[in-house]
Amino acid sequence: MTDTFVPPTRFAVPGRIAVSNRAAAVWQRATVVEIRRETPAASTFRLKVPDWQGHLPGQHLMLRLTAPDGYVAQRHYSIASAPEDAEASGEIELTLDHVPGGEVSGHLHTVARVGDTVEVRGPLSGFFAWPGDRPALLLGAGSGVVPLMSMLRHWRKAGPSVPLRLLVSARTPSDLIYADEYGDETRVILTGTEGRLAAGHLAPLLSSSSLPEGGWEAYICGSNGFAEHASRLLVAAGQPVDRVRIERFG
Amino acid sequence: MTSETAFEPTRGFTGRARAADRDPRLPPGQYDAADGWPVLSAEVTPDLTPADWTFRVDGLVTSPRTWTWDEAHALPASEYRGDIHCVTSWSKFGVRFGGVSLDAFLAAAGPRPEATHVVAYSHTGYTTNLPLSDVTDGKAWIVWEYGDGPLPPEHGGPARLIVPHLYFWKSAKWIAGLRLLDHDEPGFWEQNGYHHRGNPWREERYSGD
Ligand SMILES: Cc1cc2nc3c(=O)[nH]c(=O)nc-3n(C[C@H](O)[C@H](O)[C@H](O)COP(=O)(O)OP(=O)(O)OC[C@H]3O[C@@H](n4cnc5c(N)ncnc54)[C@H](O)[C@@H]3O)c2cc1C
Repeated sequence: MTDTFVPPTRFAVPGRIAVSNRAAAVWQRATVVEIRRETPAASTFRLKVPDWQGHLPGQHLMLRLTAPDGYVAQRHYSIASAPEDAEASGEIELTLDHVPGGEVSGHLHTVARVGDTVEVRGPLSGFFAWPGDRPALLLGAGSGVVPLMSMLRHWRKAGPSVPLRLLVSARTPSDLIYADEYGDETRVILTGTEGRLAAGHLAPLLSSSSLPEGGWEAYICGSNGFAEHASRLLVAAGQPVDRVRIERFG
Repeated sequence: MTSETAFEPTRGFTGRARAADRDPRLPPGQYDAADGWPVLSAEVTPDLTPADWTFRVDGLVTSPRTWTWDEAHALPASEYRGDIHCVTSWSKFGVRFGGVSLDAFLAAAGPRPEATHVVAYSHTGYTTNLPLSDVTDGKAWIVWEYGDGPLPPEHGGPARLIVPHLYFWKSAKWIAGLRLLDHDEPGFWEQNGYHHRGNPWREERYSGD
């Protein structure tokens, strides 16, 4: 009995991206080499990770902080930078929202400075990764745009061979992370003035005339409320459920 | 370059919860999510009504069986009161889930002696693997109640598996069935780099832990 059991259901486990078990298991010391403010509530932390094994856009890592008495706090963070950046520099970027009262994001936003070290482990999970091989429809809200930005940056660096579209929602212009980096591929939805993501935003991308060959791989990232809302809209608009991947930040 | 065991504090980090007054219910590397209950599923929440829900036990059993919602509810009620732990670092204390012990379903299906493992699978197609010994003898439930109400859809409603002594990715939401096998077969997250067993007290998060 060596056959793999496939349940009789629709959501197919993609399983096309192998995850390095070694990278997932080992903590590495990373040095903060740059801190950049993105919005009043979000900053990007550039980390030098000497033994980084590479990543695919969309993957995340685990970050760990240790107190003098050995108490540790660890959280997941998506990788914001493109794989090409890490290959060239040995550095990766994370973008963190400053969660009020947050233990880990609070430390990084208010205490951490260039030269400090933190520990990281990863990259983790191939499920939300996009290697750049299939047309990608990306929907993000708030800091949920972080892994999608890694995809967009990779798409630009690798030379766009397949279509990519990004819908990013933010409350106001000043809440929009990476505001300067969006181009024609991106539609920004400012929920404070125009309301939240709606069927009308998706219809033009999913109409039979605009559907790319082979259809879209859809990637949704953000809070659970956004993920539920966006995934239901997308499926109602005709996107097959087994081609929707969701990363929920909790 | 790596620091598997080296212990070096992060400059300026004291931690919100001091090790000394750390709640003994909290496994290593976890924090108390208090009233929060983060949702972490990779797939679209299915539109699954109790009328559509079924639960099947097959594979290495003497009588493969499928239960409907009403048939499952006719089994003796059982509940879990206690803590739950998610691999993404949050834990929740003193929760209540109401449903039926998995033992009741297994007793009806009759596991064959050669069965050693199960693959739990969802109506979405999500899978996760468990040793049979981790889901028998009062260690696992099929549940449809959370607190005093129905289990919310984004948390696996109408019904999910719970295996509270392991990380919560083992507690498959929208549970559709269990297949009993004579070998271990990695499920969805296990194929994506997670540990095969997932014991929170040993911090079995990723394969290699
Ligand atoms: C796969 C994945 C990828 C992610 N990627 C990103 C990313 O790219 N960027 C990003 O910003 N986030 C990301 N997150 C979220 C991130 O992991 C953290 O959840 C987030 O940074 C908050 O952590 P924290 O330690 O700052 O806050 P926590 O200390 O965990 O607090 C979270 C909330 O709970 C409250 N709280 C918790 N405990 C207490 C307590 N004892 N007393 C009072 N209040 C309490 C806090 O006030 C706060 O509102 C990701 C999550 C996942 C699962």
